[in-house]
Amino acid sequence: MAKKIRQLAIYGKGGIGKSTTTQNTVAGLAAMGKKVMIVGCDPKADSTRLILHSKAQETVMDKVRELGTVEDLELEDVMKEGYGGVRCVESGGPEPGVGCAGRGVITAINFLEEEGAYTPDLDYVFYDVLGDVVCGGFAMPIRENKAQEIYIVVSGEMMAMYAANNICKGIVKYASSGSVRLGGLICNSRNTDKEKELIEALAARLGTQMIHYVPRHNQVQRAELRRMTVIEYSPEHEQAQEYRELARKIDENKMLVIPTPLEMDDLEDLLLEFGIIEEEDESIVGKAESA
Amino acid sequence: MEKTDKNNPVEEMTKEKTQTLVEKTLELYPEKARKKREPHMSANDPDDAGCAIRSNRKTVPGVMSARGCAYAGAKGVVWGPIRDMVHVSHGPVGCGYYSWGTRRNLVEGTMGVDVFSGMQFTSDFQERDIVYGGDKNLEVLCREAKELFPLAKGISVLSECPVGLIGDDINAVAKQSSEELDMPVIPCNCEGFRGVSQSLGHHISNDTIRDYVIGTREFAEPIGEYDVAIIGDYNIGGDAWASKKVLEEIGLNVKAVWTGDGQIEHIAATHQVKLNLIHCYRSMNYMAKIMEEKYGVPHMEFNFFGPTKIAESLRAIAARFDEKIQKKAEEVIARHNVEMQKVIDEYRPRLEGKRVLIFVGGLRPRHTIGAYEDLGMKVVASGYEFAHTDDYDKTYPEMDKGTLIFDDASEIELEKWVEEFRPDLVASGVKEKYVFQKAGVPFRQMHSWDYSGPYHAYDGFPIFARDMDMAINSPTWKLVKSPF
Repeated sequence: MAKKIRQLAIYGKGGIGKSTTTQNTVAGLAAMGKKVMIVGCDPKADSTRLILHSKAQETVMDKVRELGTVEDLELEDVMKEGYGGVRCVESGGPEPGVGCAGRGVITAINFLEEEGAYTPDLDYVFYDVLGDVVCGGFAMPIRENKAQEIYIVVSGEMMAMYAANNICKGIVKYASSGSVRLGGLICNSRNTDKEKELIEALAARLGTQMIHYVPRHNQVQRAELRRMTVIEYSPEHEQAQEYRELARKIDENKMLVIPTPLEMDDLEDLLLEFGIIEEEDESIVGKAESA
Repeated sequence: MEKTDKNNPVEEMTKEKTQTLVEKTLELYPEKARKKREPHMSANDPDDAGCAIRSNRKTVPGVMSARGCAYAGAKGVVWGPIRDMVHVSHGPVGCGYYSWGTRRNLVEGTMGVDVFSGMQFTSDFQERDIVYGGDKNLEVLCREAKELFPLAKGISVLSECPVGLIGDDINAVAKQSSEELDMPVIPCNCEGFRGVSQSLGHHISNDTIRDYVIGTREFAEPIGEYDVAIIGDYNIGGDAWASKKVLEEIGLNVKAVWTGDGQIEHIAATHQVKLNLIHCYRSMNYMAKIMEEKYGVPHMEFNFFGPTKIAESLRAIAARFDEKIQKKAEEVIARHNVEMQKVIDEYRPRLEGKRVLIFVGGLRPRHTIGAYEDLGMKVVASGYEFAHTDDYDKTYPEMDKGTLIFDDASEIELEKWVEEFRPDLVASGVKEKYVFQKAGVPFRQMHSWDYSGPYHAYDGFPIFARDMDMAINSPTWKLVKSPF
């Protein structure tokens, strides 16, 4: 029987570190001998730069724009191989404020399927998806026959947790019509108070796990300045060990669930419990400082 | 001409019987659909002020509707017939292609030289245009249109659905292109998904005329006291030419036609006329009202179908002017009535008592009634695809007591009514045509006159009479057997 490709999508609030986490984790899997493809689903096209050591690779949509139609495009035009034999594709898309980036993701993924990018030798495909599930296009990676597992990158900051909860609502929708499941929360630490405990508690409420707590370390920055993953730049460093650990946990992960998103009040209760927000004082709502 | 008495209803038709039919029709539906459709059909009672058809609502999903979309209303109806502009269907190719030339809006001039309304211009969106936006293409298209067709007097940009979804800023492109090309480039945000029918497309188009066109030009000649404009005649099969001819015969100067065989510079100067004469109220009442409010140009409705209504309308129009015009109007009516009587004498014996079911758009479900009556025919049921309350208010008095009035009918309703009323003629659109012809019921496609026309005014009535006779009394019907 042909081995099934595990397809994973990484979601999370904008700026939370999805691309960095994805590339370091993928590097960890590659170091374990796994064959991986990354599909960047963000018009910024920064999902593969640490693997390819490049500023930004030429994207599917850039090439489509240049050639006129998607039919004229060849796979080798847009697929590049980087560290550890990791294959990299960026969907690309418009600059902010024009066109439809969501459609760009759909076009790019359809192209990859039609051109046979999902070869049987692959162990993993990672979709690195922009900020939030803003429209149908950005849900493309979790539709039927694509990513089966979702990991949400989150931190102890309030808005990151809100976003994680919202993404879970999206997963519930697609889980009922397909087989997509939540694999866990990846805590990308921002050094907030009681962060680990908080994310563990959130994960428990969502019916999932905090698959790994990635501590904050400047080594990530140092590697990024060289357009490298920590694993490639300093394989012996303790931070590289953290990512390898995350890669191993994902590789072994069997806990795939349909999440149970929280109601707004429940989420606020949780934040209150951990002292992230304070009890609401209705008397101050809408009052300016000078008033 | 024989007068029709509205209180002398169609034989065997009573309010009660028609109401029972309405109930029987509604039984065809599951409960939820029945509840929704119930207010859209009723037995007519011109004396009962409570008689009110619900209209301009979303079509019940799952039933076949004859409606179009906002883009269809903007491109196909209002903007498309203006002859000296380039009309751009902005988006993928299909909307433009399938609305190309379908309404037979005739024009004078040389196609591709000084007339462009018969051509199809599209920005032909591809995947990349959806993803990166089509603004740049539109800019290039406008420039190329001007280069290829230097005599074009302007460009209308008609948005198809994807433009609204991806948020392309056609207004900004239009503004910039207008400055660059030194001619009007008019953005019309008429995405098909807006509204419940083509009706919103008419309204949006009227609004763009208000915002970008009206008052931007003046007529070259001095303003005269008999200057009028025809509003809402799309020159289908030459209708507007026939109407214009009669109005000129009574001494009026038709300075502009909106928009059949229309010229954008004349339309832009229409605020200078003395009276706006509105034929298709549904698609153009908005601008007629605006010109009245903003420029003090009064407007009035008229009806140029059949000699009775033409005479009534000519007298009403003439009454807005001096005795000279009134005298001429009487002369014109008298002169034409001689020919019209010949037409009636020829066709009426063959058409007397024939029953008609009408289901079209715009103005025809009420405006054509008089023309059928001139031929001795009776309209037993009439309905609109996309009318509003004011259209129905104007329809009740035109119809006999006990006849059926309906809104946005589905195929199953129409089939039921045709089965029950057994009309001698169904006057509807191309989607209905073959259903009823196959059922052995004579049919006329009354959107674009079944490749015939004109039907307006004195030139139109003989053709109208001939066509109805041809449909109903064709020997073909003796060769086919009705399944009913």
